[in-house]
Amino acid sequence: MTQTVTQTNPIETARAELDRYTREMIAWHFSADTGCPYWLDWAKNAGWNPLEEVKGFDDMLKFEAFDDAVLRDTDPARFIPNAYAGKPYNVFETGGTTGMPKQRIGWEDYKVDYSEFSDNYDEDFFQKGTNWLMVGPTGPRRLRLAIEHLANVRGGACYFIDLDPRWVKRLIRDGEFDMARKYKEHVVDQAITILKNRNIACMFTTPTILEAIAERISLPKAGIKGVFVGGTTMTPQYVRFLIEEVLENQVNFAPTYGNTLMGLAISRKLTPEDNYSLTYYAPQPRAVLRIVNPDNPDELMDYDEYGRVELTTMTKEFFMPRFLERDEAIRRKPCEEFPWDGVGDVRPFQSEKKNVIEGVY
Amino acid sequence: MEKGATHIPVLRFGEVYKSLDTTDLGKVLSSGNDLEVSVANAGLIRRDLLSIDKARNALFAVPTEKLLEYAEKASEIYLDGELPFGMDGEVQTVSDYVSTLSRLTGLPHSLCRGNMFKVAAALKNMRAVISGLTRGLPPSLFDSGCARLGDIDINYFSTANSLGVTLPSNSPGVNSLWLPALVMKTPVFLKPGREDPLTPYRIIQAMIAAGFPKEAFSFYPTTHEGGDAIVLGCGRGIVFGSDATVKKYAKYPNIQVHGSGRSKVLVGEDQVDQWEEFLDVLVESVSANGGRSCINASSVLLPSRFDEISNAMAKRLAAIEPRARDDDDALLCGFANPDFAKAINDAIDDELKTPGAVDLTAKYRNGPRLVEKFGQTFLCPTLIACSDPDHPLANTEYMFPFASVVQIPESEMLGRIGPTLVVSAITESESWKRDLMGSPHIDRLNLGIVPTNWVQWEQPHEGNLFEFLYHRRAIQSKSQITA
Repeated sequence: MTQTVTQTNPIETARAELDRYTREMIAWHFSADTGCPYWLDWAKNAGWNPLEEVKGFDDMLKFEAFDDAVLRDTDPARFIPNAYAGKPYNVFETGGTTGMPKQRIGWEDYKVDYSEFSDNYDEDFFQKGTNWLMVGPTGPRRLRLAIEHLANVRGGACYFIDLDPRWVKRLIRDGEFDMARKYKEHVVDQAITILKNRNIACMFTTPTILEAIAERISLPKAGIKGVFVGGTTMTPQYVRFLIEEVLENQVNFAPTYGNTLMGLAISRKLTPEDNYSLTYYAPQPRAVLRIVNPDNPDELMDYDEYGRVELTTMTKEFFMPRFLERDEAIRRKPCEEFPWDGVGDVRPFQSEKKNVIEGVY
Repeated sequence: MEKGATHIPVLRFGEVYKSLDTTDLGKVLSSGNDLEVSVANAGLIRRDLLSIDKARNALFAVPTEKLLEYAEKASEIYLDGELPFGMDGEVQTVSDYVSTLSRLTGLPHSLCRGNMFKVAAALKNMRAVISGLTRGLPPSLFDSGCARLGDIDINYFSTANSLGVTLPSNSPGVNSLWLPALVMKTPVFLKPGREDPLTPYRIIQAMIAAGFPKEAFSFYPTTHEGGDAIVLGCGRGIVFGSDATVKKYAKYPNIQVHGSGRSKVLVGEDQVDQWEEFLDVLVESVSANGGRSCINASSVLLPSRFDEISNAMAKRLAAIEPRARDDDDALLCGFANPDFAKAINDAIDDELKTPGAVDLTAKYRNGPRLVEKFGQTFLCPTLIACSDPDHPLANTEYMFPFASVVQIPESEMLGRIGPTLVVSAITESESWKRDLMGSPHIDRLNLGIVPTNWVQWEQPHEGNLFEFLYHRRAIQSKSQITA
């Protein structure tokens, strides 16, 4: 199906593209020759037909919230689109501190996500042709391959220091704070060794590890030009602290919000008016973030209000409608760079009401 | 700054830093403004600790004799001065301090002032305090590291580049504990209690105004993670908290934990018949400072005359009633969090279901224990008479005038008290005094008719800060080292 987009308003244009893309993805995932066994079987019992009823993104509300237990309990092979049958694939994991982790399979998505991420930054932000150091979760996580791909598309190589977040969370849960600190020190020691002995200009790590490295060495003096971080809540004060003190106002800083199920939401460039409050924008149309009423996820929150983060991921490799994340955030308006809703000051869901283990690695 | 808000900033080596993370403590200021407090992130503290040498150097540049003079001068400034408060050149008068502190902590004005005098006295008596802590060594010890005692050269070295303290909110007087560190040339990193950022901030401002180098003071209203960054990152740490806090930090020898005091009055067989002479001391031990201190008695042990003494105590305690916060005769504190008061009240009633204990004050009190009056929630003084010395309420501490009274033979008392911060032992018996002085369970021992909250400046309170911050080294030379 083709449609000529005539709107000139960037927000309307983005919206029209999202509607078009949604129809394309529904057609892919619910057609017998391209869809996967899991969703094709689901459709048989759904009592409605997405192929007929989803005409735009608003119609995605007809899906109920996706239960992530499915990603723990179902053989990942049931998510292989028939169009990709027989093609070797990657299995990526998220969670898993206790019990089964969630699993997502993939082929090229991580490359697409991280190439798009790379396109967002100019040659000097993460200096092209320079090497990277990733200090973060590797193992079964998508991030390990993704960061290496990012380094490669920008003309560099990537060094890795592994960090096992499942073990860290368990240590914290069990009150083994000394051991957790020792483990962090062990990770930081390895990172500093690489930074001192190899030519590195760009880094990916978690904010906590970044801080810990900078307590031992000056990152600008170590030759670091750009840092890409993700993984935990960053309050405006924390962002200011990282920029002014940890990065000494001399290193480009790219905070992101993302996970194995979404890809990467990029933060818009900070302006003085933001007062260090971050706003992230999903890689739309491949993934869509909405800030919804926690008591009624069909309802969007008003702009500048906190609500629960809802994620819809739609690529040819993976379809996940309306997954309610364990995060809450402020619904922010579209901006020039990203003409769709953003999510601001992300924090764990209901973190004001309960203690949440995060930001530990 | 937002209109209508006064902001207490972080102090990083005395320099003002306004965090973007804040806590709003509400409209508690006399000006009608909201009181907003900066919240430091833990990384900020860890980063500052890397520069601790500048604080130490600033203190070492001032002779100890001068620092002692500054402490004495700070006492007056703290008591009477208009001191910097907020970000825009605002100042705080004494009456602003007292009224705001009262609104935040529930302490009546009379007790706020009482605590002020305690802190001021600790500054004023700094020479006696330091002398008591060092057992009379000359203050110049902190300049040269050496002193001569008789024919012996003595060398002490600092074991801590800084002292980190996470303070409570229940009783402002507790701030007197960290003051001597500055004279001992040890910079302080302070985390105030959530409801009392005022007291340490005012003391710091008074000490800076008196002449102390501002670099010696770092002040971080912060999270639990920030509190850990302070006490784990500083050379030595002091933490106040519950039994759970004691357990959490027990494995760190560089952290001194001040948990529940479980202070007690022990009455000897030789004195019990004169009980009317020391009834005031029993009542004061339980009720002074609104019962908020760890040095308040939470238990009175009697060898005999149980019914007479316990009823007399209960009658006196029950007569202490809630009053308005600005009433000069107010002795009880309101609870900053009414739910906390309700939870304590429920817990006591639950425990009373176990046979062997009775709330003796109930029959003398004019109403229930939990009272809403004068816009505050109070718990009225409560004395639990325990016929069973193993009753759960026999050795429990709460943050209001609450105590148990238990009958135990004198010979068994020391075997039953367990870890106790202060014991006031009312006895003249030399043999029992020897036993008391030999007890490993008692931190501070008051002998005679003195309340548990009595402070003698030459005696260390809750551990010797000098011994905590300094260590003696053997030093030898063929010639005399110290002049």
